[in-house]
Amino acid sequence: MRIQRNPQLNANGELIHLLSTEGLSKDVLTNILDTATNFVSVSDREVKKVPLLRGKSVFNLFFENSTRTRTTFDIAATRLSADVINLDIARSSASKGESLLDTIDNLSAMAADIFVVRHNESGAPYLIAQHVAPHVHVVNAGDGRHAHPTQALLDMYTIRHFKGDFSNLSVAIVGDVLHSRVARSNIHALTTLGCPDVRVVGPKTLVPGDMAQMGARVCNDLREGISGVDVVIALRLQNERMSGALLPSAQEFFKSYGLTPERMQWAKPDAIVMHPGPINRGVEIASAVADGPQAVILSQVTFGIAVRMAVMSIVASHDA
Amino acid sequence: MNTPLKARPASELNAESLYQELLQQMRVIVAKADSPVRLVGIASGGVWLAHRLQADLGLEGSAGVVSSSMHRDDFSTRGLSSMSVQTQLPFEINGANVWLIDDVLYTGRTIRAVLNELFDYGRPAAVKLAVLVDRGQRELPVEANLAIARSDLPATQLLELSRTEDGQLTFGIEATPE
Amino acid sequence: MKILIKSGRVIDPASGMDAQQDVAIAGGRIVAMGPTIPDFTPEKTVDARGAIVAPGLIDLCARLREPGFEHESMLESEMAAAVAGGITSLVCPPDTDPVLDEPGLVDMLKFRTKKLRQARVFPLGALTRGLKGEILTEMAELTESGCVGFGQADVPIVNTQVLQRTFQYAASFGYSVWLRPQDYWLGQGVAASGALATRMGLSGVPVAAEVIALQTIFELLRGTPARVHLCRISSAKGLALIRQAKAEGLPITCDVSVHNLHLIDVDMGYYDARLRLQPPVRQQVDRDALRAGLADGTIDALVSDHNPVEADAKNLPFAQAEPGGTALELLLSLALKWGQTDGIPDRQVLRALTRGPANVLGQSLGSLQDSLGQIVIGGVADICVFNPTDEWVVSDGSLRSQGKHTPFSGYALPGRVVTTIAGGFVAFDSQ
Repeated sequence: MRIQRNPQLNANGELIHLLSTEGLSKDVLTNILDTATNFVSVSDREVKKVPLLRGKSVFNLFFENSTRTRTTFDIAATRLSADVINLDIARSSASKGESLLDTIDNLSAMAADIFVVRHNESGAPYLIAQHVAPHVHVVNAGDGRHAHPTQALLDMYTIRHFKGDFSNLSVAIVGDVLHSRVARSNIHALTTLGCPDVRVVGPKTLVPGDMAQMGARVCNDLREGISGVDVVIALRLQNERMSGALLPSAQEFFKSYGLTPERMQWAKPDAIVMHPGPINRGVEIASAVADGPQAVILSQVTFGIAVRMAVMSIVASHDA
Repeated sequence: MNTPLKARPASELNAESLYQELLQQMRVIVAKADSPVRLVGIASGGVWLAHRLQADLGLEGSAGVVSSSMHRDDFSTRGLSSMSVQTQLPFEINGANVWLIDDVLYTGRTIRAVLNELFDYGRPAAVKLAVLVDRGQRELPVEANLAIARSDLPATQLLELSRTEDGQLTFGIEATPE
Repeated sequence: MKILIKSGRVIDPASGMDAQQDVAIAGGRIVAMGPTIPDFTPEKTVDARGAIVAPGLIDLCARLREPGFEHESMLESEMAAAVAGGITSLVCPPDTDPVLDEPGLVDMLKFRTKKLRQARVFPLGALTRGLKGEILTEMAELTESGCVGFGQADVPIVNTQVLQRTFQYAASFGYSVWLRPQDYWLGQGVAASGALATRMGLSGVPVAAEVIALQTIFELLRGTPARVHLCRISSAKGLALIRQAKAEGLPITCDVSVHNLHLIDVDMGYYDARLRLQPPVRQQVDRDALRAGLADGTIDALVSDHNPVEADAKNLPFAQAEPGGTALELLLSLALKWGQTDGIPDRQVLRALTRGPANVLGQSLGSLQDSLGQIVIGGVADICVFNPTDEWVVSDGSLRSQGKHTPFSGYALPGRVVTTIAGGFVAFDSQ
């Protein structure tokens, strides 16, 4: 087997692409969070812009639709004074049969500096990162089931903000873990940052047993899964899961795994509730919890902009 | 502006005595000012100075802190500098009478970045600059309103302010890193 | 043509011969062997000093992409690659375009390959029309055109009743059925199920997919004995079942590909699409079992599983990339590498490439059955002369195949073919 260098890092160990939270050291992750702290205050200024990426072009390449994530990247890049170009690939060249790499080549010829990519196939951003010129940086906005590193980083930022140190925390991730890139990226980030108790919770059809090898404790019972935890991260349940014999219905999922005020009592009294959004009320989470005092979902959104600003500034500042 | 100062040799740059002179001159300025003087220390060398001045001058509230990191012009070569200190302005910036405080004035680039940073927050009525040491070699048309001492150190040397355990300020000379 | 192969180490796995001797060929046959061969004036002499003289290799799975890719002269390049790799006989699966389910297509393929005077091509016919798993093909007609067996390539038959009937029909005529055991529904994934696939977010193919398919085949065979060849086994559990079934006396044979013999799931690194393979490469325990199975004879043959995938077809996200890799020119070297690493004697390594596959083909070889895969006086002159210790590096430049994608790119492998003789003709000569 050939040992390959982590494509996210240059020869000096500096971040040039953000593809996954896996394989990044505690220092690299912490540096991103610390840098993000500086950017949180930018939204409070009268002039909500800093010139760090002035003259740079950020191309948002979303092969999978997502207005929310794309908008936050758009805002983040704009606040860094970058020029932002949004490409709705579904309606353009890819649907005419242009290959992924041809699309990238054409866009690179238009002087792109950063590609923010969301794709439905796991691994697509790696292919892109291996293919682009040295001065171009790739930020993964979600690839298939594999990774969503900026979401994990903003989740870590949120947890650090409300809970401080990771080394004493218990975190539960509840829901469709099997198909979740958010879950995978969170597990890697939490374990790297020193969280000693990461649990994945859901029915066996949605929580594979071998997730234990990623360092998470597998629980099929919600009570066992969230007893005494400091943080509950609820994942979105997609409708497609009902076909494919993974789940009988959304109602049954809510019955066994939905977060209600009564069930939240199993967690610590000061536990926080997070969700990557958009929420399915009455499926993963009851409205009372989503709108309640423990939910920090809106903070996640705010922090998401600062974290993405941090990620883009950091990768842009390092040479390949 | 002061009358031109004579350059002092490095061995005569005693930070504590320079501070005392600065404090004396700032007292006069504060007494004559027709609107409250807002001290803002430039990160990181000016922060201690600003806090000490604020206390010694008996000014209301706390001194502000301003970081140049968001507006530096060397991002593409040096990347993100240490962003450990953030800008905090604990007063209304619009219409304020701001005095920036720093330890050393050199090329002037930090001042340019700091001015941009300040103006991201609002529109002060006036911005003035007081420094302990002006070591010349400006690369931009920037001057201090008040400089206590002048120095002719060569470009191969760095002048750094530090604070001892018991809070005493001292200047140190180091070789400029590559 | 009269050819003399001088001073080579002649190894014939079938008879156990392993001796320094000369080999004389005339009229497409081996006419004499011995320390010297008097009264023989060759038109061509092959200097085999320091080399091994083995039967020409028989590759039970190599795709020539004909019919389908005539416009790219694929047949010519791949046949040239085969003999450059020491291969003198190859079996091609029926998943061509169009599918090999019409006698006319088989006739054309045999005609075109014969003309090239390189390796012998033994096509597998489709078991069902269009490989759709519904309607039987005209197996008798296809056999007459030259098919040596019938298979489904990588398309499992879902309908168990149809599968049973293919066994019954084939058995009536003594035809063999070639199946890659994989359950259709459980086999939809792109990587081997396990911790790695879960971590990488890739859909997995569990071992159960192979085990369930094997159990189904074996149970049907108990009711309807037919000769079945199981293609490209991937798991330890699957192999264990095959061992049991053979002990039970079921009429089965099996093979393994060079990929599953050498590679495991983690070799994909950061989504290297050259590791996108069918069947997927599994975990260490599976690889170890397969290597042991080839060594102890449970696995009858080692195959290249050659697929000359085009450049663009691999420059895609892992799941979308076309599975397979180029391997005709790697078969011998990868077999020798296995032998070196696991301490397997040369004769046994070569058996998996010669006598073993010849036995699998069995009666379908007709008169060739007596000598194909062997070096025997009076037998066909299919010979591979190679230098076992010469190393070469796998690279675009060193491959004659139009397919340049292989997970072994950059590897330094042992074994360089000196000369390949097929049917008494020098098909490849590096001297």
